[in-house]
Amino acid sequence: METLNGRKYGNPAARADWFVILIFLLLLAAGWLSICGASHNLGDTDFFSWGTRSGKQLAWIGCSIGLGGFLLMVDDRYFDTLAPFLYICMMLLLLITPFIAHDIKGSKSWISLGSVSLQPAEFAKCATALAVAKVIGQYGFNLSNMRNFLKAAGIVLLPMVLIVLQKETGSALVYLAFFLMFYREGMPGSILFTAVAAVSYFVVGIRFETDIMPGTLTTIGQFAVLIIIWLNVVGMCGIYLKRNNSWFWFLSIGLLTQLIAYLVSAFIKPFDVAWVQIVGIVAMAGYLIWQGLGERLKSYYLIAIFALGSTAFLYSANFALNDVLEPHQQTRIKVLLGTEDDPHGAGYNVNQSKIAIGSGGLEGKGFMNGTQTKLKYVPEQDTDFIFCTVGEEQGFLGSASVLLLFLLLILRLIYLSERQTTVAGRVYGYCVLSILLFHVFINVGMVMGLTPVIGIPLPFFSYGGSSLWGFTLLLFIFLRIDARDKVRMR
Amino acid sequence: MEAYNFSNRKFVIGGVAIGIIIIYLIRLFTLQLLSDDYKKNADSNAFRKDIIYPSRGLIFDRNGQLMVYNEPSYNIMITMNEQQGVDTLDFCKTVGITKEYYIQRCEEIKDPRKNPGYSRYTPQVFMTQIPPEEYSLFQEKLFRFNGFSIEKRSIRHYAAAIGAHILGDVGEVNQANIDSDAYYQPGDYIGKLGVERSYEKVLRGEKGLRIMLRDVHGRTKGHYMNGEYDKLPVPGQNITLGLDLKTQELAERLLQGKIGAIVAIEPSTGQILCMASSPTYDPGIMVGRDRSKAHESLSKNPRKPLLNRAIMGTYPPGSTFKISQALLGLQEGSIDPKISFPCHHGFSYKGLHVGCHGHASPINLVPAIGTSCNSYFCWNLFRLLSNKRKYGSVQNAMTVWKDHLVKMGFGYKLGIDLPGEKRGMIPNAQYYDKAYKGSWNGLTVISISIGQGEVTSTPLQIANLAAQVANRGFFYTPHVVRSVQGGQLDTLYTRKRYTGINRRWYDYAVAGMRKAVIDGTCRSANLPWFEVCGKTGTAQNRGHDHSVFMGFAPMNNPQIAVSVYIENGGFGNVYGVPIGALIIEQYLRGQLSPASVQKAAVMQNRHIKYGDFER
Repeated sequence: METLNGRKYGNPAARADWFVILIFLLLLAAGWLSICGASHNLGDTDFFSWGTRSGKQLAWIGCSIGLGGFLLMVDDRYFDTLAPFLYICMMLLLLITPFIAHDIKGSKSWISLGSVSLQPAEFAKCATALAVAKVIGQYGFNLSNMRNFLKAAGIVLLPMVLIVLQKETGSALVYLAFFLMFYREGMPGSILFTAVAAVSYFVVGIRFETDIMPGTLTTIGQFAVLIIIWLNVVGMCGIYLKRNNSWFWFLSIGLLTQLIAYLVSAFIKPFDVAWVQIVGIVAMAGYLIWQGLGERLKSYYLIAIFALGSTAFLYSANFALNDVLEPHQQTRIKVLLGTEDDPHGAGYNVNQSKIAIGSGGLEGKGFMNGTQTKLKYVPEQDTDFIFCTVGEEQGFLGSASVLLLFLLLILRLIYLSERQTTVAGRVYGYCVLSILLFHVFINVGMVMGLTPVIGIPLPFFSYGGSSLWGFTLLLFIFLRIDARDKVRMR
Repeated sequence: MEAYNFSNRKFVIGGVAIGIIIIYLIRLFTLQLLSDDYKKNADSNAFRKDIIYPSRGLIFDRNGQLMVYNEPSYNIMITMNEQQGVDTLDFCKTVGITKEYYIQRCEEIKDPRKNPGYSRYTPQVFMTQIPPEEYSLFQEKLFRFNGFSIEKRSIRHYAAAIGAHILGDVGEVNQANIDSDAYYQPGDYIGKLGVERSYEKVLRGEKGLRIMLRDVHGRTKGHYMNGEYDKLPVPGQNITLGLDLKTQELAERLLQGKIGAIVAIEPSTGQILCMASSPTYDPGIMVGRDRSKAHESLSKNPRKPLLNRAIMGTYPPGSTFKISQALLGLQEGSIDPKISFPCHHGFSYKGLHVGCHGHASPINLVPAIGTSCNSYFCWNLFRLLSNKRKYGSVQNAMTVWKDHLVKMGFGYKLGIDLPGEKRGMIPNAQYYDKAYKGSWNGLTVISISIGQGEVTSTPLQIANLAAQVANRGFFYTPHVVRSVQGGQLDTLYTRKRYTGINRRWYDYAVAGMRKAVIDGTCRSANLPWFEVCGKTGTAQNRGHDHSVFMGFAPMNNPQIAVSVYIENGGFGNVYGVPIGALIIEQYLRGQLSPASVQKAAVMQNRHIKYGDFER
């Protein structure tokens, strides 16, 4: 028992949320076994030697558990107090990293300390989360106030820019996860929706840019995006213009015209169906503006602007990609989206990882029996593509269990965040869970060929001390904050 | 606190998380449980199944002379995605090609139209059948040529350019072979013709398998499960043919410039001593990469060299058929050894006339065979078919007639161990009922009594008739393979087939055939060293008569029965008899006398002019 500021504390570790800690330990154990399976050569079963990846990872795991235990013992108020200082230090470190880092595969994000290399970007997430929690948690802070929002967004965007400078685009994209937290804290949903819409237009539009839809002169990408835009407008009309049944007419007339256009193209004379779709979208926008003039309701204009803006975005993104960017940048984006076949790059990797996962079947091939991962068909088999090993060796049962563990962890973190008594605590909790969710979403999605190949690790699984410690810091600081709140609630 | 107004958004965020995980679980489910493709893909990825090809069985003649053997051949393979930093000039020099050819080959390999199975990750054939000397040179420098590798296969070699129709050849399997037998994989070889085909299962052996683990760079990482699933190849069994190499060689020489066939059978076993068909070809051209080209040009040849006329040619047997008629006539009682029939330059009855050459008349059985009297055998069949008292109707008599011939090996495939045998034709009562609408009698069909008309047979069936006369009443199904190393012949080839004709009637047939040689139609077959029995045939057809001979020797304890069939060769004694005599001499004496050597040379150079009509 220690006494601090007159309040009595039990052992904070004992009050920490053991449910989360249990999942954490389970994930660590599963992760380590996967690394054993992925990184060992045939016939070599010495998992504990320092010379092997599994041996090293075991040491990182030991450190990480120690770190977690230590964090639970620290006085939680340090986190709040030190947040600005930590944030500034991390930003400075990120700034100088490209200048002192070794070049590893074109990325300058690793600082070597003797025999160990550290990646500051992994720790910057934690510092950023603490800083943004402190700022949003201040009295009188309101996200709907533009100045306040820009301040919070700035805190998030600064490290993102710095990491992009290190040529670690993948790690930088992780900071987009903070916008999920912003959404929880009151950022208008339309911003999030617009952002998701823009990304989906871009990805779908570019990905199917060159495939011509049978029977027409339209590319599948254009056609699909215009369909999405149309459905989005219909949906928005349905939600925001409840008094008006325009959504029904948009849906039915739109469906009919597109069907007729397609049939004419397929059976009478092929033409570019996209023109019909664009004319339809412009007509919808025109109708909404005309309605808006009569009813004096802002929503009409906004939806009309969304419709026109979306269409403009589709074509400007195509234009930007094909005419403004340099060819090698185009290639990189196209490979990222899987449109350009690069057998040694992303396309090949995803294909191999799908083969590895698919070959696992229901129960998997058993520990250390995976052939695809062990024989190095899957690239980055113990870091970014570690989930392949789970899929191949543990099968559907094993990989589904891992996914469910992550889901449980995230849902539990939502529950814990919601019970925080301070805004800062809740914000920090959402930061943690948003980052975890983003990592799982992108990482697992990319090995199964669903999301673009962005090289970010699977939390607690991927080989490497930096990312493991980064996630441990994130998680255990939150557990410590949560443990404090439990005391106060009593 | 205002922020708590957004509390419901926790459900949205939680819902997004749940939604993502559900989508991913569905994806996992489809990847892992709904499709088998990924598993197969993974196996072909990680396991390198090295097939170890067994050596194909060798083929020997009856004296242990090697006829067909294997020689290693090397293919140079190229794996496009590994081919980097190769000194092209050095490579071209080593394998003796020009740089232009190198570039052209690479283009061809990459062209999916010319090379449908192309993949840049798997070895593709760059050059085939590198000679051993070039191979060893190339092998030394191989380490410098990234992406190139060597595949070792073996190809068939023929000790001599003879026996193409019997030996057959091997070629790459086609899709039908792969579909019907799981043993075969694309690129495997299979016997296409001859014994290579009929003894494919014996000759091919069992493929061995070595399962190696390989990593993404194609590097071998050791045996899968320490070689527990590996299998050693079982070499193919050698086979020994009944063929006598020298006789076969002579037979093919004698057929030069003629279209026809020679078949010789060892009567006491049914083994084929020689089987030649002309025109023929060098089996050595039907090997390796040029096989399909050679096969195509042979199959386009209007004289059809691919056809093995000994078993696939169906010809009127002509007068050789009279021996079967004599035997069944004696058995049925339509003739007896003493009965004589008149012959005034032929058979004349109710306005029907079948011509014959001049000889004494009347004539009984043995001289009738000796002089090949048409009239005698017309009377024989006429009496048989007209005997309503014994058979009830001409149809019944015809059936009796046909059954005898079938038992003698006519009208159906004999069952030789070569693919493609034809059955020939022995008409039956139904056939004539249909052809003549039920209104026919012995006179209508009289030409079948002398081996003309509807009757056709293969040279093999004629030789088989000679063999059963030699054996006096039975034969073994003719077969080319004498023994299989470590195996047994089909019982079909070790079982006597009796003809159902009384043994004593054969003595008259033998006497007749002996008489033909002594003072009859085949006097030129009268060899001084042993008693030859023979029968000529001159088979009428659309063109010039076919020249036919069948015979056996020695008369007592016969060792060879032979048939010769020369298309459009004229009288039997023009080509048939001298060729048959040479074959008998060669086989029985192991060599030809100097006089016979001369005869053989003359015969070899006597070519028959054939029109270029389709055969």
